[in-house]
This record gives sequence, C-alpha cells and structure tokens, in this order.
Amino acid sequence: MITVDDYRRVAPPGTVDMIMRLAERVRGRRLLHVSGGRFGSGAAEALRAAVPLLADLGTDASWEITGGDPVFYSTAGALRATMEGTERVLTDEALDHYVEMNRVNAKKLRLDADLVVVHDVEPATLIAQRPEQGRWVWRCSFDCARPQRRAWAFLRPYLNQYDAAVFSLPKFTRRLSIPRYVVAPAIDPLSDKNRDMPLREVAAILRGLGVPQDRPILLQVGAFTPAEDPLGVVNAYRLVKKHYNVRLVLAGTGGGERESVETLAELRQAAAHDRDIVVLELPPDADLQINALQRAATIVIQKSVREGFGLGAAEAMWKGKPVVAGVAGGLSHQVVYDVTGYTVHSVEGTAFRLRHLLNNPELIARMGAAGREHARRSFLITRLLTDYLALLIHLTR
Amino acid sequence: MSDATARAPFQFIGCVELRQALDHRATDERELLERLEDAPAGSVFYHTHGYFLRHRPITTAYGNDFAAWVAVHVRDQVLAERLAVINPFESATLEDLREELVSVVHDHLLRLPSVPRVEFGEPFHFQQSHIVEVPLGPGATTLAEFRAGLAEVDASAIYFHMVEARTRLGRRSGDFAEWLRGSLDLPDLAERIERIDAYMTSLERVRARVLSLVDAALEGPGAGVGSGSA
Repeated sequence: MITVDDYRRVAPPGTVDMIMRLAERVRGRRLLHVSGGRFGSGAAEALRAAVPLLADLGTDASWEITGGDPVFYSTAGALRATMEGTERVLTDEALDHYVEMNRVNAKKLRLDADLVVVHDVEPATLIAQRPEQGRWVWRCSFDCARPQRRAWAFLRPYLNQYDAAVFSLPKFTRRLSIPRYVVAPAIDPLSDKNRDMPLREVAAILRGLGVPQDRPILLQVGAFTPAEDPLGVVNAYRLVKKHYNVRLVLAGTGGGERESVETLAELRQAAAHDRDIVVLELPPDADLQINALQRAATIVIQKSVREGFGLGAAEAMWKGKPVVAGVAGGLSHQVVYDVTGYTVHSVEGTAFRLRHLLNNPELIARMGAAGREHARRSFLITRLLTDYLALLIHLTR
Repeated sequence: MSDATARAPFQFIGCVELRQALDHRATDERELLERLEDAPAGSVFYHTHGYFLRHRPITTAYGNDFAAWVAVHVRDQVLAERLAVINPFESATLEDLREELVSVVHDHLLRLPSVPRVEFGEPFHFQQSHIVEVPLGPGATTLAEFRAGLAEVDASAIYFHMVEARTRLGRRSGDFAEWLRGSLDLPDLAERIERIDAYMTSLERVRARVLSLVDAALEGPGAGVGSGSA
C-alpha cells in the first residue's frame, strides 16, 4: 500500500513534512467525500488516491457514493451537461425523481462528519438532508460558468445551502451567496498512468501498440471528439510533415456518441492514407499505455477547443515533455507560455510551434525540464492533499 | 561568532494559501482600473505579494498578476512594463500599493485613444487568499540553530516571515530581522537581512541570501559587512 512517505521522492522538498504538520492539526476529524461513483477519470480518479492518503495521515477520511436507478443517472447526466452549457431536455418529473433518489441516498449513507465534500452533480441535492453538525462543501470539477438557465435556476438554491463551494479555476465559477474557493485538480505521480517507467518497458508497450520509435513522435491523448479537435491536430501535423519526418499518434477513447463515431471514422480515413498517422482506440483503463506513449513522445499536443481542466497537459509535463495546447479550459493555466510549452489558437499556430520546437531541440529539453518542475510544484496530489487539509482546517476552526 | 542564546526561541512557520474567487472581474483595462479601486485589500495583496509564493519554480517574468494579465491576455506591453516595475515591497501599506497601481493604469489610459481589451485571451478574475499557518520544526535559540532551521524549512516559511509578516501582519522589519535584533541582539545582521530585495527573485534565492549573511555573522565580527541586497 502506498503511504504519504512514498511521495517524498517525487514531491518538492519539505512538502510531505508540511502535509504531516497540517494533518496533526486535524487528526481524528471526520472528512467525508461523496461522489456519484468510484470508477473512471476526473473526481473519482483523484479520490481513489487521495482518500487512503488522508486516512494514512490520521484523519478519519472516508468516501461514500450515491446510487440510483437509470432515470436518476440519466437525469444527473443531463443536468451536468446543461450545467456545462449544453442544451438538453430536463423535465420537472425527472428532476423531482433525481431529488427524491438523493433523499433516499441520504437515509442510506452516513453523512455525519466534520467536513463533507460533495462532488459534482449526482449527489449535489443531498445538501437538503444535511445533519445539523458539520460543514458542507460542493466540489465542482467542471466549468459551470455558462450553464443553461433552467439547470442553474434548479441547482442554485441547493448550492447556496452549502457552507462553501470549491472550483478548479476562478473562471469556472458562477456567482453564489457562499464563499467560492479555488483548488486545481492534480495527478498521482505514483499511479500506473504517471509512475516512472524504464525505457525497456516503454519500448515493450509501444511495440505492443504497434507504434515504432524510429522517428520523433507527436502525441495527443484525448477523446475522439470535436472538443479535443483531433482532426485539427492531423491538419497541423500535415503542415509539420512537409519539413520534418515525424509520426503522429492520436490515442484515446471513442465512445458511442454520433460525433465521436464520425470523428474516429475521419481519423481512420486519414490514417489509411498516411502510415505515419497512428490512431489508437484505447480502453478507459489503459493507464500504462498512456504513460508509455507520453514518455515516448517528443512533443505532446493538447489542442482542445473545449476542455475542463484538462490534466493531460500536467501528465505530459510530469514526464518532462513540452506541451503545445489550445487555449481552452485549464490548459492555459497549466502551460506556462514560452517556459513549459505554448498555448495556441489555431491549426497554423499549432504547426508553427511544433516546427519551432523541432527546429530547436535544446528548447524541447529545457521546456520539458521546466514543465516537470512546474508539475511537481503545482499539479501533484501532494498539493491537492495540502489544499484539502487547509480547507478542513479553515472551515472547521 | 555569535553564540548568544535567545530569550525567546524562533519558531519557523510555513504557510498554505487557500485561494478564494471574488465576484470582481475585468475584460478591459478600464474595468481593471475600476475593479482595482473596489477590490478588497487582500486581493491586491494576493495578486502582488502572493505572486512570489505561487510562482516560485519559474522565473517571475512580470512581477505581479496584473502585469502578467495585461501582457499575456490584453497584449498591451506598455502597460505591462509599467505595472511590472511596481515593487510591492516598497509600499508602506496595501492602500499605498493600490493607489500606485490605479494611478499607473489611469495615466496609461489617458494617453490612449481607445481602451485595450481582451480579444483572444481571458478576463482577469480577482481572487484573495486565506493563509493557513503551519509551525515547522523545533524552535531555534541560537544563531547556529537558526541557520540550520532556515536551510531546511519549506520555502513557504521564507515567504511567511519575509513577506506575509511584513505586509499583512504589520511586522515591518520581517520576522527574521525582528528576532535577530530583539532576541539575539544582532542589530547589524538584522539590518542587512531587512535590506534584502525580495522583489523579482525566488524564495530560494532569498533563502540563500539570508543564509550567506548569517554564515558571515557566524564566521566572525566584521565578516560579511556590506550590502545585503543582490
């Protein structure tokens, strides 16, 4: 089992001692996280690492999940999408059912704690059944600055019943009557997706994926959706390919939605005409493969046009890679322009920066090293633990 | 070499910054001016002094968040330069600092035919922070113990004792100088540490400068006499 001490070799000097000192101040206090599930990326991925570590530090940390029927899950999914600004149908009946299911959840779950952190939309209305004791925080991991009006009107009265809300970036927030704190998400440097990996292992995994390492690799990891603009990446690669003999690897998950299927079909068509374009449809748990691909890459691209926080950039920086990223979501807050990579606004800008880096290999090394240190300070789970402990201290004084 | 024992030990304190989003935001330089006038003093502190806590691994290219936003998002290099050169450590109070920032933006706008605004970048979101203090290690009672502790502590302790203590907690000399002067009776060393310029550098560099001054004092009388600044 991984303990907090194991992070001494990856975190900045003094960080683990700081965490332990913070934890001493809240030893024994009950810290409860509630989310809609234990699997997948995003909030669940961070909690899988953070909750055992918070317990290891002496807090009474636990994690509960809400349950429900298919209507509950589809309504919560639609509500999340509308909170992110997408148009969806939300009927009064479905919303009533969603609230009712959380009322039932509240009866089943042990919700007494010094601090209850409720993650995202599925459990959000549990607040209506909060016990008298304890402080409650709504943790929002997505951008809800421009929600659909109906979704916001429905959820806002619930959110205002919390003691505070926590967002990943100030620009992801919307006005509420409660304090809004800002805590960026983080990656776990000891997980399969981010742990150190010997070159032999990298080479073996890439062989297994059918990706030769005989020339520089440009890599984008992300869903095959228009939001992550993989087709724009192909167009940028074509501009680069006129001058550099590189290989483009697009790795990600497909999903069954129409736009995803169409995007993947177009990518496969592009790959059929150019053997240096490799499209890898990976399962959701392909952490080791993603780790190996990021380590084998020369430059990592994250050319999203719509994005949440987008931790892919932090993952790449942790592996010492310069990142060329779109100006979307949290990417411009992760990539320090001209220091750890570049943010770009267009296909041409992406191609220009890729060529600029390929033409200046010393920049690739320098930005990669700066990126790793930036990730070490700002985007590791040790920083997230520090923030959670500070929040617990601040709100339960 | 100073081998005096302090009446009260020095306790190193690290800090964690809990960030809070505010309702103020700006999409052009006039809005920046107006919000700067209204924002809580804690927000002015966060975006100026706090810059040095958050940007420690990477060169602090702009000196404060306002200059960084104007340069990167508004792309007005002239105002960015004028804001970047404002040294927050030279202002006696946060209200003095606010006034200086406001007057620079105001003067800049007077010279322009139109107000520069964000076209392809992001608005400026005002924030403030709550500092959670974390006592670190055993207290130091001699200069040698102080030196040993200073070399080891988390860099946030340098920020807390040199920046937070001076600006928000009203201890104008900073905690290091105050303790060295008051508890170890080392006024010359205290004054040299007080003169260290913490602007546009990293916390690690400030730590190194304090350590070199302390080393000089430990080596003997008269050693290390000279400027404490870089």
